[in-house]
Amino acid sequence: MQLALSPEDQAFRAEMREFFTTKVPEEIRTKVLEGRELTKEEIASSMKLLDDHDLAVPHWPEEWGGRGWTELQKHLYHEEMQAAGCPVPLAFNASMIGPVIAHFGSQEMKERFLPKTKSCEIWWSQGFSEPDAGSDLASLRTSAVRDGDDWIVNGQKTWTTLGQHGDWIFTLVRTDPEVKKQAGISMLLIDMRSPGLTVRPIELIDGGHEVNEVWFEDVRVPGENLVGEPGQGWTMAKFLLGNERVGVAPVGATKAALARAKKLAPERLTEPLVAARVAELENELLALELTALRVVAHSADGEPHPASSVLKLKGTELQQAVSELLVDLAGPGSLASGAGALEGDGGEGLPDWTSRVAPTYLNFRKASIYGGSNEVQRQIISRTILGL
Amino acid sequence: MDFSYDDEQDALRDAVRGLLGKAYSDFEQRRQTTKADPGFSEEVWSQMAEMGLLGLPFAEEDGGVGAGPVEVAIVCQEIGRVIAPEPFLHAVVLAGGLVQACGTPEQRQEVLGALASGERLLALAHDEPGSRWAPTASAVTATQDGDSWTLSGTKEPVVQGARADQLVVSAKLPDGGTGLFLVVGETCERTGYPTYDGGRAARVRFDATPATPLGEPGRDLAGSIALIQDLGRIMAANTAIGAMEVALRTTCGYLTSRKQFGVTLNTFQALTFRAADMYVSLELATSVVQWATMVLSSGDPARVHDAAARAGLQASRAARHVGQEAIQLHGGIGMTAEYSVGSYTAVLTALDHLLGDGDHHLVTLADAVAEHDAIDPLAVG
Ligand SMILES: Cc1cc2nc3c(=O)[nH]c(=O)nc-3n(C[C@H](O)[C@H](O)[C@H](O)COP(=O)(O)OP(=O)(O)OC[C@H]3O[C@@H](n4cnc5c(N)ncnc54)[C@H](O)[C@@H]3O)c2cc1C
Repeated sequence: MQLALSPEDQAFRAEMREFFTTKVPEEIRTKVLEGRELTKEEIASSMKLLDDHDLAVPHWPEEWGGRGWTELQKHLYHEEMQAAGCPVPLAFNASMIGPVIAHFGSQEMKERFLPKTKSCEIWWSQGFSEPDAGSDLASLRTSAVRDGDDWIVNGQKTWTTLGQHGDWIFTLVRTDPEVKKQAGISMLLIDMRSPGLTVRPIELIDGGHEVNEVWFEDVRVPGENLVGEPGQGWTMAKFLLGNERVGVAPVGATKAALARAKKLAPERLTEPLVAARVAELENELLALELTALRVVAHSADGEPHPASSVLKLKGTELQQAVSELLVDLAGPGSLASGAGALEGDGGEGLPDWTSRVAPTYLNFRKASIYGGSNEVQRQIISRTILGL
Repeated sequence: MDFSYDDEQDALRDAVRGLLGKAYSDFEQRRQTTKADPGFSEEVWSQMAEMGLLGLPFAEEDGGVGAGPVEVAIVCQEIGRVIAPEPFLHAVVLAGGLVQACGTPEQRQEVLGALASGERLLALAHDEPGSRWAPTASAVTATQDGDSWTLSGTKEPVVQGARADQLVVSAKLPDGGTGLFLVVGETCERTGYPTYDGGRAARVRFDATPATPLGEPGRDLAGSIALIQDLGRIMAANTAIGAMEVALRTTCGYLTSRKQFGVTLNTFQALTFRAADMYVSLELATSVVQWATMVLSSGDPARVHDAAARAGLQASRAARHVGQEAIQLHGGIGMTAEYSVGSYTAVLTALDHLLGDGDHHLVTLADAVAEHDAIDPLAVG
């Protein structure tokens, strides 16, 4: 055990901090830190910028753009990135389909997709969930049927995050209805401009449009777009969801949000109840961050440690708790969600930040639902770790 | 102590449920209504006027019905059940309540009569940027010139401030203290916007805007504002109770119909126990809120203040618990604007921050723990 960073790691951290705080446009970083929505271009250009400096996918195999860093270095990279407000690389590309293709795809598929995936030239969407296949993902019904060398896809995916921006969608499809549920699933990469594919928006409770339904009507997909072998989809899905679990716990971003809350309402910190609440959150975040460090130190072969479920569960709860604190700090002003769109800063009106806190609070209720719901995480902990 | 409602009160509940339940029987109707300005149905508002609801708490000589807090609470609960977007709490309980409490007999007759008939919509302009539910005003100041008064400064957020025909505005008086003024809606600069609970609010700017003092000119009315805030807290909590009841019922309905893993979700005790916990929260909050509603009838400001904080605290904690779990137990569908529970959670969040959140009430109560031994809910006077 050792507390201090080695001189090399200190230098590494300084290098990361320098990069994120000086090379990434301040305008974008401010937007991230203030919790504003980024445009497609802002997300894509930030990832491209990172990729230009080999910083978009350091955890990938080195052959495909990875950096061979230690787990501690990866952690420092993430922390510095989020503290600076640099947009994190698009998760669908960097932590979901990229590693799957790198691990399971053919050489040809890797060459075709990985470079454009890490530079965000392709924007990926995740087509897993269906109306009747949420937690019970293996019961999915979207079907892919052979037609010569091609697959013909029919069915519906839903909750597709940012599908309105998607160029390609990685899907789980049923290629064999005869075998056991899990064994009949395959992973298919589908061009979202294919005829027969329709994207329809879903409005969320904060009024935003971030998820979609994706419909497939006799969509023809070339056989070469199947990842690995038919029937391997479930294995890939588990591999991917394990990575998602780790990626979805935004320790750094939540820390930054809490630090910002203190800056926005400094006069409130002398109130015992407010101070106690902040102190408790800070301590829980500390425990989470240390757990992240301790857990990654033990993960082998890129297989997520089962305790990564602790990170997902607690990480999303803390993210939600901080968003709730911000609504309370804004107090009566939190009602004014529509005021952000008013011309100018209003002068004597409410400060701009108060208009975003309530929609953000409502929006983050999603965090305990997606990425494997928090009930599913409890199940993983109780079954896999505790053997119950 | 008796928690039961009498026949007339049951009849009132049935009538209100008949009206609002019909107007918003389908959640889609509420959604469409809140999408377009002014965020509520003018038609439902006039039906509420016809039923006497908009004058319910006011004296008969002022054009009201002269009903008590229990009746007003019943209306609030029913509004909560369908999360009706009509601004009953803001226009009738708060703005109207202040006119009733502070207005001259002529003002009461004129303003409350017009409110009760549905002819005039009132809004309360009291919150100011930076204020936190204080009964005083500081950003808007009143200036006197002979018999005429003007106001300057900004109020925000003012619920239904852009649509309102007349505003009841709190302002700092020249000699200190907080006065109340009536202002014609059109005479101030109002910028309206939608709020996340489906309602509307506005930034309202006064710039030497002519205003009529409510009641005797120059009097400090902070005490009356505080009393109406306490009344509002208890009525907001009643509204929340109604909303929580339906959010819980909707959640139970979903658990028994949604299938995953080949079975309905109520097969999983991990979920049904969570619904049971929601029920516990709701029952406890209902008891405190109904008790506080009875305390209102006592009319003792100190007791009402204490009861409002207790009801506010209990309702706030319950509303967060029930609202958050209602979404969680639904999964993704609970996050959508099309499905009802998310909007229930939004309304519960807005009610929670209307007149003080749970921690705000906790501070009020914590300040006083050394002043009593055990709490006796039955103590009178
Ligand atoms: C904002 C948002 C974005 C999303 N983005 C994507 C995306 O980009 N791509 C994609 O494929 N999917 C996405 N999802 C879908 C997400 O993965 C699912 O919502 C999630 O898997 C839950 O499924 P469900 O919504 O059908 O809920 P259900 O599975 O119906 O669950 C309802 C409730 O029951 C609980 N539950 C279910 N089974 C059990 C059990 N056995 N034991 C105990 N509790 C149980 C759940 O935890 C939940 O609380 C997104 C979801 C949201 C809300």
